[in-house]
Amino acid sequence: MPADTVSSGPSGDGPGTVPGASSWRSLWRLRSYLRAYVPHMVVSWSAALLGIAAGTVLPLVGKDIIDGPVTHGDRAALLPLGLLALGLGVAEALLTFVRRWAQAGPVLGLEAAIRDDLYRHLQRLPMSFHGEWQSGQLLSRVTTDLSAIRRFLGFGVLFLIMNILQLSAVTVVLLRMYWPLGLLVAGSSVPVVLLSLRFERRYILISRQVQDQQGDLATLVEEAAVGVRTVKAFGRSAHVYAGFDRGATRVHATSLRKVLLSSRFFTFLEVVPNITLALVLLLGAAAVGAGALTVGMLVAFTTLVLQLVWPVASLGYILAMGQEAMTAADRVVEVLDTTPEIVGGPEIVERPRGHVRFEGVEFRFPGTDRPVLRDVWLDIRPGETVALVGATGSGKTTLAALVPRLCDATGGRVTIDGHDVRDLSLESLRSVVATAFEEPTLFSMSVRENVTLGHHDATDQDVREALEIAQATFAYDLPWGLDTRIGEQGMSLSGGQRQRLALARAILGRPRVLVLDDTLSALDVETEALVEEALRAVLADATGLVVAHRASTVLLADRVAMLRDGTIAHVGRHTELLASVPEYRALLAQDADLDPEEALR
Amino acid sequence: MSGDWRGVAAENRDDITESVSLLLRARSRRLLGDLLRPHRRAIAVLTVVIVISNGAQLALPYLVKTGIDSGIPPLTRGGGPGTLIAVVALVLLAALTQAVTRQAFLRMSGRIGQDVLLELRRRVFGHFQRLSLSFHERYTSGRVISRLTSDVEAISELLEAGFDGLVTAVLTMGGTAVMLLVLDVHLGLVALVPLPVLMLFTRWFRRRSGAAYRRTREAVALVIVHFVESMTGIRAVQAFRREPRNQEIFERLNADYLEANSRGWRLVAVFMPGIKLIGNVTVAAVLLYGGWLALDGRVTVGVLAAFLLYLRQFYEPMQEISQFYNTLQSAGAALEKLSGVLEETPDVPEPSRPAPLPRAAGRVRFDAVEFAYDGGPPVLPMLDLEIPPGQTVAVVGATGAGKTTLAKLIARFYDPVAGRVLLDGVDLRELDEATLRRHVVMVTQENFLFSGTIEDNVRFGRPDAPMEAVVEAAQAIGAHGYISSLPAGYRTEVGKRGGRMSAGQRQLVAFARAFLADPAVLILDEATSSLDVPTERLVQRALRTVLADRTALIIAHRLSTVEIADRVLVMDAGRIVEDGPPDRLLSLSGRFARLHRAWMESLA
Repeated sequence: MPADTVSSGPSGDGPGTVPGASSWRSLWRLRSYLRAYVPHMVVSWSAALLGIAAGTVLPLVGKDIIDGPVTHGDRAALLPLGLLALGLGVAEALLTFVRRWAQAGPVLGLEAAIRDDLYRHLQRLPMSFHGEWQSGQLLSRVTTDLSAIRRFLGFGVLFLIMNILQLSAVTVVLLRMYWPLGLLVAGSSVPVVLLSLRFERRYILISRQVQDQQGDLATLVEEAAVGVRTVKAFGRSAHVYAGFDRGATRVHATSLRKVLLSSRFFTFLEVVPNITLALVLLLGAAAVGAGALTVGMLVAFTTLVLQLVWPVASLGYILAMGQEAMTAADRVVEVLDTTPEIVGGPEIVERPRGHVRFEGVEFRFPGTDRPVLRDVWLDIRPGETVALVGATGSGKTTLAALVPRLCDATGGRVTIDGHDVRDLSLESLRSVVATAFEEPTLFSMSVRENVTLGHHDATDQDVREALEIAQATFAYDLPWGLDTRIGEQGMSLSGGQRQRLALARAILGRPRVLVLDDTLSALDVETEALVEEALRAVLADATGLVVAHRASTVLLADRVAMLRDGTIAHVGRHTELLASVPEYRALLAQDADLDPEEALR
Repeated sequence: MSGDWRGVAAENRDDITESVSLLLRARSRRLLGDLLRPHRRAIAVLTVVIVISNGAQLALPYLVKTGIDSGIPPLTRGGGPGTLIAVVALVLLAALTQAVTRQAFLRMSGRIGQDVLLELRRRVFGHFQRLSLSFHERYTSGRVISRLTSDVEAISELLEAGFDGLVTAVLTMGGTAVMLLVLDVHLGLVALVPLPVLMLFTRWFRRRSGAAYRRTREAVALVIVHFVESMTGIRAVQAFRREPRNQEIFERLNADYLEANSRGWRLVAVFMPGIKLIGNVTVAAVLLYGGWLALDGRVTVGVLAAFLLYLRQFYEPMQEISQFYNTLQSAGAALEKLSGVLEETPDVPEPSRPAPLPRAAGRVRFDAVEFAYDGGPPVLPMLDLEIPPGQTVAVVGATGAGKTTLAKLIARFYDPVAGRVLLDGVDLRELDEATLRRHVVMVTQENFLFSGTIEDNVRFGRPDAPMEAVVEAAQAIGAHGYISSLPAGYRTEVGKRGGRMSAGQRQLVAFARAFLADPAVLILDEATSSLDVPTERLVQRALRTVLADRTALIIAHRLSTVEIADRVLVMDAGRIVEDGPPDRLLSLSGRFARLHRAWMESLA
């Protein structure tokens, strides 16, 4: 059911967003996306101008008909004037059509182009960025924010100028016809503009509040949905419901305030032109009586007064739109301005042997002073496999992530065959290094595409081999075999099945360097043994770095490096460490009561 | 090439036949009626208010006509301004009436809309909570979320903007048509000639834009899905150099979306000027024919002016209808989905007359139980099992042997297809949710944490527990030391879904939560899989004491768990193939002995 839209998530701002500090600058920068559409824009703007002219002149023709032929009984003059009105009416409609048609390109093209660029940029940004940003926040930037920008740049700006022009044109016409009345009409628009500006400010505030509360509610919904097993296991539905109910009631209350506010404003918006109409009628009729104004003029006046309602009322709305677009542009530009810290270098490894070295590596998260890794020295010779062990939080996963440059060392360096990984092109580096993670990521696509993620040129034979090694041949028995779509949008697989597919993906194409980050944790003992057996053959050729929690996985390795407090405390063979390092024994021997002598056997 | 990467399993189930969609509409109509019923009286009042409001609005052009025709002549003839002032006073009165009623309408309809929305939210959320786990596993959390967010918002949008627009447009148009005919039949008929064209044109637009809008929604959904997925899986994307292919896919989806959007846009680009064209041509026709009639004195200038004003009132709202259709359509689609959800019945229903079980000893019995998932092959073909109170049972076996199913049946996440599961001799189906959950608690490997503090999360097991009990529970499983070492201790915020904690730390908190709940029967399904060995050992040591006086069912891949079990069940293909104390099974050299040997070997 692909029509299901993912919610844009809580409306929370991303890290680093400065609220309220929006300016034209970000929006102005995005104008370059409109460059391709200059001809479209010239056409639509010209059509808009001419349309305004036609729309303003039309009531004047009505005036001429009433004051001319009707008043003087001039039947002959009626037809040409009527035809003129018809022509103007048709012209106005046609011009509106041209304007809208020509607008499609810039309005929609702008949005699509920025979205493509955002996506491209996001794919280049490193894990450190993605770790900080929820995908929901990013999503709201490529959807909600882009629509806001599109609406304003494509629509809002045009309407803003059109409305101001229309307002001025009609006012000038009215002033020239009969200045006291013209002045009255122009004057009546002043409170409307002022009030709508004020209203918009309050409206935006309250709308944001509703949005925030809806975001909170969405978070509750999300937790209740994702954590439904836990909620059920503890029978806490009532508790969770009560929380939701509080949130929903809050949204309800704020929304009512919003309803109240807008009901007052919209009423005001409608009552002002009506009162103006009454005054125009009073004064106009008096002027007609005094001979200062013709009846036709009075009729034209009343029509034109009504014509002004929309441009005046919408000014506030459009300005609010602009405000929104500016904030949105800030948020979009913020992402576009984040420089990808991890970019490829110029070098490539011609014939990789897979010699991995950590040379005095240090890693700390930005803004923290305690390093996760410090002074790590490790030399993994081509073809050798090293297991990485250590208690939870000792930095194993971070160390493993440094090899394919999912993050960069903040000190020291990692080399492959003597090349600093930072000097290698990402393409080259990541084709030499393949990684499988503890939490396997599968995408909503066929099993085949999931497995051949990094190698679309893999043959069926390659795929079969990889699946066999990873004990993932169950994939052939899925309803559509390897073409079965899996992932959130497809068939759901068990944790173990997912891990095995992710493993197959990593070993496909026989990478020179294989990084396995506790890849087998969700497998049962029997399957794990089978996978390990098969992995042995793969690791015989490749250089391996294997994060391990269990002794059985450690046995895949030639040597073991034990991490403690972010640095390598011991390196050696499993049996040596087991015998000589009590800490290692405590970490890996499954049972404390188990005699180490016995475990060795 | 374009479609095959998604695989065939994603066959679109949205292509519903006409008859089905009619049925759906009836269903959502029923829901809507149901939601509006409590507001019957308010709606009746509302109808009166809106009619008055529109009447006042419609009176304005007529009054302008009267002003011009009857107010001005006395003035030119040197008479008094009495008539004119009376007319203007009436105009002001009408304007005031309109303002007052309009505001009342906006407030009342807004309130009804918000009340309906609140009720809808409550109903749907409550219903999702009631629906069984089997439903949630089928439906997935993503869809639950989008039902309760984007779908509810679509309806809210309709209530906020669309409803008012529609009612006003319909009433204005109807009223205007009548007034035109009242003012002058001939001229009125001429002005109404384009009406059939207008209706055909609108119908054409409604159909086409319906299709276009559906396509847009589908296209944007694909963009969103692909985006979210590639951003959540960015690590794998980058590690496997997937970026170029992703970019290709994204740009194609984005271009599809652009195309779908453009179609809708082009339709509006035809529709709105089309309406304007019809309106302007009508105005020109009225000017010509009206002018001609006025020449003969058959209509007055005032009538002509009123016509011009009425026509404007008539065509202006028409243009906005194009926006309204989209809102209406998405709200309709949302309502269909929501009413579908509300129609789902829980597979694990609450008993109508629950059996009392204030205290449970923890005796669990499977009586000729059969189970299969949703019409699939039997997972448990025929199972008899008795677990006496206080016993700790370890269940082992390969993936897919039915261990988790066994556990879920005891926790009544599912009901058996045949046979009964009994707690202290009472069929689980006869216990109400609250009673059952007080006695039976299951901890899974998911160990979901809610945003809030660690304390909140532990207390989720028993909200009224005092702080000492929370600490005690954490101490019992050896998590106290870790929690105390955190900067804010038990008050540490766990972050979204426990994101700031490691899987092992989350598991410890989940454990503490289960112990605090203090159930008679505790089920641990792979609950220690994310702990590192020393921690797991600590937990296991704690388990010995914690499980001493309660029934426990432990499922684990790692056989270390077995050490604390009184009894081991070995499962294979849904059957219990070995059953007995661990020592005895070891001596039998059966499956368990083999498994145990393999495990011992894996240790070193």
